[in-house]
Order: sequence, then C-alpha cells, then structure tokens
Amino acid sequence: MKTALVTLILAAGIAAAASEPVLIGSKKFTESYVLAEIAKRALSDAGSASEHRQGMGGTIILWEALRSGQIAVYPEYTGTIAEEILKSPQKMSLDVIRAELAKVGVQVSGELGFNNTYALVMSRAGAERARIRTISDLRAHPAMRFGVTHEFLSRRDGWRPLADRYQLAPPDVRGIDHGLGYEALRRGEIDVKDAYSTDAKIAEYDLVTLEDDLGFFPQYKAVFLYRASIDPQAKAALEKLQGTIDEPRMIRLNAEAERTKNYARAAELYFSGGSESIAPRAGESLTAKLTRWISRHLQLTCISLLLAVLVGIPLGIVASRGGAIGHVILAVTSAVQTVPSLALLALLVPVPFFGISARTAIAALFLYGLLPIVRNTATGLQDIAQPIRESAIALGLSAGARLRQIYLPMASRTILAGVKTSAVINIGTATLAALIGAGGLGEPIISGLNLNDHATILQGAIPAAVLALLVQWTFDLLDRLLIPKGLRL
Amino acid sequence: MDDLVRLAGVSKRFGSNVALAPTELAFERGKTTVLIGPSGCGKSTVLRLIVGLLQPDSGTVSIDGETVGENNIAMLRRRMGYVIQEGGLFPHLTARDNVLLMARHLRQPETDNESRLAELAALTRFPVEGLSRYPGELSGGQRQRVSLMRALALSPQLLLLDEPLGALDPMVRAALQRDLKEIFERLGQTTILVTHDLAEAAFLGHKIVLMNDGRVVQEGGLSDLRERPANAFVTEFLNAQRGVAMR
Repeated sequence: MKTALVTLILAAGIAAAASEPVLIGSKKFTESYVLAEIAKRALSDAGSASEHRQGMGGTIILWEALRSGQIAVYPEYTGTIAEEILKSPQKMSLDVIRAELAKVGVQVSGELGFNNTYALVMSRAGAERARIRTISDLRAHPAMRFGVTHEFLSRRDGWRPLADRYQLAPPDVRGIDHGLGYEALRRGEIDVKDAYSTDAKIAEYDLVTLEDDLGFFPQYKAVFLYRASIDPQAKAALEKLQGTIDEPRMIRLNAEAERTKNYARAAELYFSGGSESIAPRAGESLTAKLTRWISRHLQLTCISLLLAVLVGIPLGIVASRGGAIGHVILAVTSAVQTVPSLALLALLVPVPFFGISARTAIAALFLYGLLPIVRNTATGLQDIAQPIRESAIALGLSAGARLRQIYLPMASRTILAGVKTSAVINIGTATLAALIGAGGLGEPIISGLNLNDHATILQGAIPAAVLALLVQWTFDLLDRLLIPKGLRL
Repeated sequence: MDDLVRLAGVSKRFGSNVALAPTELAFERGKTTVLIGPSGCGKSTVLRLIVGLLQPDSGTVSIDGETVGENNIAMLRRRMGYVIQEGGLFPHLTARDNVLLMARHLRQPETDNESRLAELAALTRFPVEGLSRYPGELSGGQRQRVSLMRALALSPQLLLLDEPLGALDPMVRAALQRDLKEIFERLGQTTILVTHDLAEAAFLGHKIVLMNDGRVVQEGGLSDLRERPANAFVTEFLNAQRGVAMR
C-alpha cells in the first residue's frame, strides 16, 4: 500500500516535470494561422514546447476553448474582444479590456502593431464605374449585390449595425465563405464584400477599400490572448512580439502564406527579418546589425558557392570532353549568366518551393556562380598537353585515377581561379538578396536607396567591398596552400 | 629466335593517310631494337600501337604471346615502360612521386618503394637530392632520367622509348646514350627505341629497323644496311648521315 502511494506520487511528479506543451489555437483564416505560427516559433525559441491547433473556427469557439483551458493562447483583435466577447455597446480601451478578461483568468498581450479592421471592398473597375468611394456612396446604389461572411452577417460590429448606421437596405445580401467571396467578386457575381484591411487578396485582386466615412468600424488591433497560468518564459516570449508587425508586413506575411500555403514558412519569414519596411529591432546597435548583415551575407554566399562548386566541377569535367553534351552545358550556363540578376530573382520568386526567401537568393547566386567554375574546369582540363595524357594512359592508370591524380590536380589552379571569380561575383550579387527579403548587406543599401540616405547605403556598401577584397585575399592564400608547388614554378 | 613482341599484318591509317602499311615485325627478348627513318615514316606509330595508344586497323599485336586487346591492355601496360621526348612528367608531382605513382597506385609497401627508388636513382645516375624536386626545377637531361626511372619502376618486361634524347644538347645526349647502353645491358632489358639519329641507333641497337613511308625497308645491323642496302632509299638515308656512313 505504502509503495503504491510512493509510486503514485513519483509518477505525478514526473508528469508535472515533463511540461505539457502550450496549446495555441487559431481562427480559420490565413492571418490567424500565421500569427499562431509566429507564437509557436517564439515559444519554442524561448524553450517552451507548443502545439498549434489550426483553424478551430470562429471567435466564440476559440474564446470558449481559451476560457475553459482547452487551449492556452490564440491571436485576437481588440475590436472583436470588445464587441463579441465582452459584448460592449461602446468602444473599449485596452486597459478596460485587460481588466475585464483578467476576471476569467485570461491576459492580453501588448498590441502586435497592426490594425486589421473590417472594411467593405469592391473591384476597382466596379467602384470607378459607379463612382463609389465611401460606404455612404453605396446608398445611391440599392441594386448592389452584397456577399459577406457569415460571421460578419451576425457580428455586433458587422453587417446589421453597419447597414443601420449607413442606412443601407440592399435587397440582395448573401452570406458567403471568405475565400469564395473573393472569387465571386472577381467573377462579378457580387459587387461588395467585407474584408480585413491586412488581407493579401486586396492587392492580389486589385480591390478598393471603401472609406468608413462615418467611423463605424472599431479598431481591430491584433493581440494574443493567453491563459494567466502559462509559465513566465512563455509569457515573456509572447510579450516580446509587441510592436513588431505593422500593416505592410502583415500583408506581406499573409501573401507569403497564401502563395505557399505554408503558414510556418510565412512565420519563418517574420523571424528571418524578411521585411525591411518594419522599423529595425529597437535598440539594435550598429555593430549588432553589421554582424547580422555580414553573417547573413556570408551565409548566402558560402552556401551558394559550395553548391556551385559541387555541381560546377562535375559539369566542367563533362563539358571538357566536348561533344554535344559539353556544348549544351557551356551554352546553358552562359545563358544563365546573361539574365540580369534582378530578373533572375524575379523569375524565381513565383516558382513553388522558392518564393520570398533566402532559398531563392541562394538558388540565384548558385546559378550565377556556376559559369566561371564550369568554364574554368573545362578549360583547365582541355589545356592539359597530349603527351601528359598519353603518359598517364601508358602508365596503366585507370580513367578515374587519371582524373583524380593527374588531370584535376593539374587543372586545379585554373579551377580555383574560377571559384574565386564566382565568389567575388556572388559577394556583389548577394546584395540584391535583400530585395526578396533574404537579408544580408543589401538590406541597408536598399533601405538607404529608398530613403535617399547615404550613410545607410554606406553601412552596406563598405562592408560589401571589404568582403570582396577579403575573398580575393583568401583565395590568393588558398592558391598558395592548395595548389601543388610544381604548378607554380 | 625468342621474340617478346610481334606485329602480324598490322596496319594503321589516319583518314586517307597510311601511317603503317600491313607490317610483320618481331622484337627479340633481351635485345634493343631501334626503329629509325625520316619523320612520318611510321616508327612512332609502331610504338603507340604496342602500348595501346592506337588500335590497329588490321592485324594483331602480341606481347609475350598475349594478343593486345581492349580488355587486357591496362594490365599489359603495367608490364611496359614508356618514355617520350619531353618525358611526359607530371608537373604537379615531385620526381619521387612521378616515379612511384604506379607503385603507390598498386599499393606496394612504401619501404619497398623507397629501396626501389634508391636503386633506380643509382642505376640512372640521378642525384638523390633531386628526387624531391618538381620537374620544373630539373634540367632536360635530369627530367629524362626521371622519366626513365618512372618507366623502369615496376621492372617492366618491355621498355619503349620514343626519341627520348631528341630534345637534349649533344653533350648531355652523349652522356645519356652511354648510361642507357649500360642500363640495358645490365638489366638484359628488352627495349624498342625510336630515333632518327643513325649514330644513336648504331650505338644502342642490336638490330636496326629502317622504315620509310609506313613500311619496313630493311632490318639488320648497320653493316648490313651499309654493305647490302635493300634499295636506293637505304643508301640515300645513310648518305644523309654521312659522318656515320663513312666510318
């Protein structure tokens, strides 16, 4: 009996020690998924295990799940909290909201930085044709067909109060799924729908947001709601997200998520600092920034260079044998080189698997780095004199041994020169990676160009030039270390 | 007659140019046979056919009774040493590494390799301190001595020399000729030497094979060629190298 009790206590202790993962919920739309993924990443970076329960439904389901402790965290909007959860007839300040939710053991994080309010949207062509700019303008067009989400139809800050406030009484108002609504709008089956102001589709479908001229929509500042009982480090990790996402950045993250259908990837973009539009992390010193840019820059260059070497040398070996395949290899790698780097990046972005990421930058740099390596490998091998080749054959060395022990070492100097050319080109070209959010020394150069700020440009340009010189020197040193002495006589 | 190498009806053409008309040739074991003739007569082609750098259009080459073919050539090459005019030394390897390349490739024990290297250096009168030099740091004569060491490293049955002294100045050349003769005799080495120098041929060869226009014109000693020329070309060739012919 006693031992059973001890076992029980021990078991309980072990269960408590192996901390339960923090459950994160999300509503069934892109932004909510992305924010939940960001929270998950932030928690795991802080050392807290977490799980993401994707797309659990609408506000009430999520709120009930949080209140009852089935989930511990989910992203929410201040307006929704006031209207839907606290059912307040008037707008509430964040402090009031905090005080109200604290009563049920729920805390509200600091505002993430963007306001995702409701808006009514129309196609640009339709709005211009009917000369509609504001929601009030809709009154003059009773024949307009409305297609709004079911949630918007029934919300306290949704369709009915809006229609009352603006005195709209259209005969045709349909509830329609959010995603399908955009399609319906595009095909002209409806004229007006509700949307969120950070929705990626607004840009994608070329829609216009109607001005809320009577100031009906409340503020929908994004926050995380979380159980007061979650552990302090998880709490701290969530609070650290405060003020880090503005509207353009959120639209970008949403667009990335919708394009790739991969919410974790969009969240990754947030952590990789994929947006230069957001204010740089507060208080980051120049040294810290330079370290971050340079290490990223080197990372992009080194990975792409390594790939170019691994692929380029074998291609060069094949190309050195001439024939149709050899010509094709040289022609294709040369053709890639003629594509302007900016265009190459732009071409890769819409390709699945690439998108707005370091991966795309690495792929582009790899393609650029290929030609010098392939060409120099081929030339270096072709330049080996016939008597040397025949001597190697006549000795009885196998083809593989001839390549490894004789031909490649003899061509090594030319090959290394190709790798050097490729590395220097890549250091320069990698500054363009910032255009697709891949970071590196292009980040200050591009934001400096946008701001017409020479000091910022130089913060990127000078280190990039220094890096290029260092790469030159490194390769000169490698030449001395790696190239057999007999070839340098 | 004990022949190590035989060419039976071997011919080779490059496009419309006949490099070697169908030819019968035998090379005696333990002896030095010299192939001589004007440029383009086919003497180097014979050597390249034997070492498998060229494949005959007709006929067969056999070494020690084995017909040379695609599947055995790699193994046969390890029983042959081949030296060309400029040596064909690998510039990225030291003299030592050039000489021991094949022995190491065949994973022979390094201690054996070192003693073999010392033997070869003594045999070819190559200074031991030169072994750690790269070909670019050696004189022309020293380079040819290294090439010879490399060719002899695996104690080949057959040594093939394609104008090995062609690019050397006369003094160095004379010294190397003396050393080669001594080496061949000491080793009892079966050797085929290609040269265009009749004096060299007479000095080194047990037998001279005179070629012209892809054909063997006459075989024998220098005195046979001088006293019983097969045709006018033989006399003409000998007269062109008057110093030797008149001796």
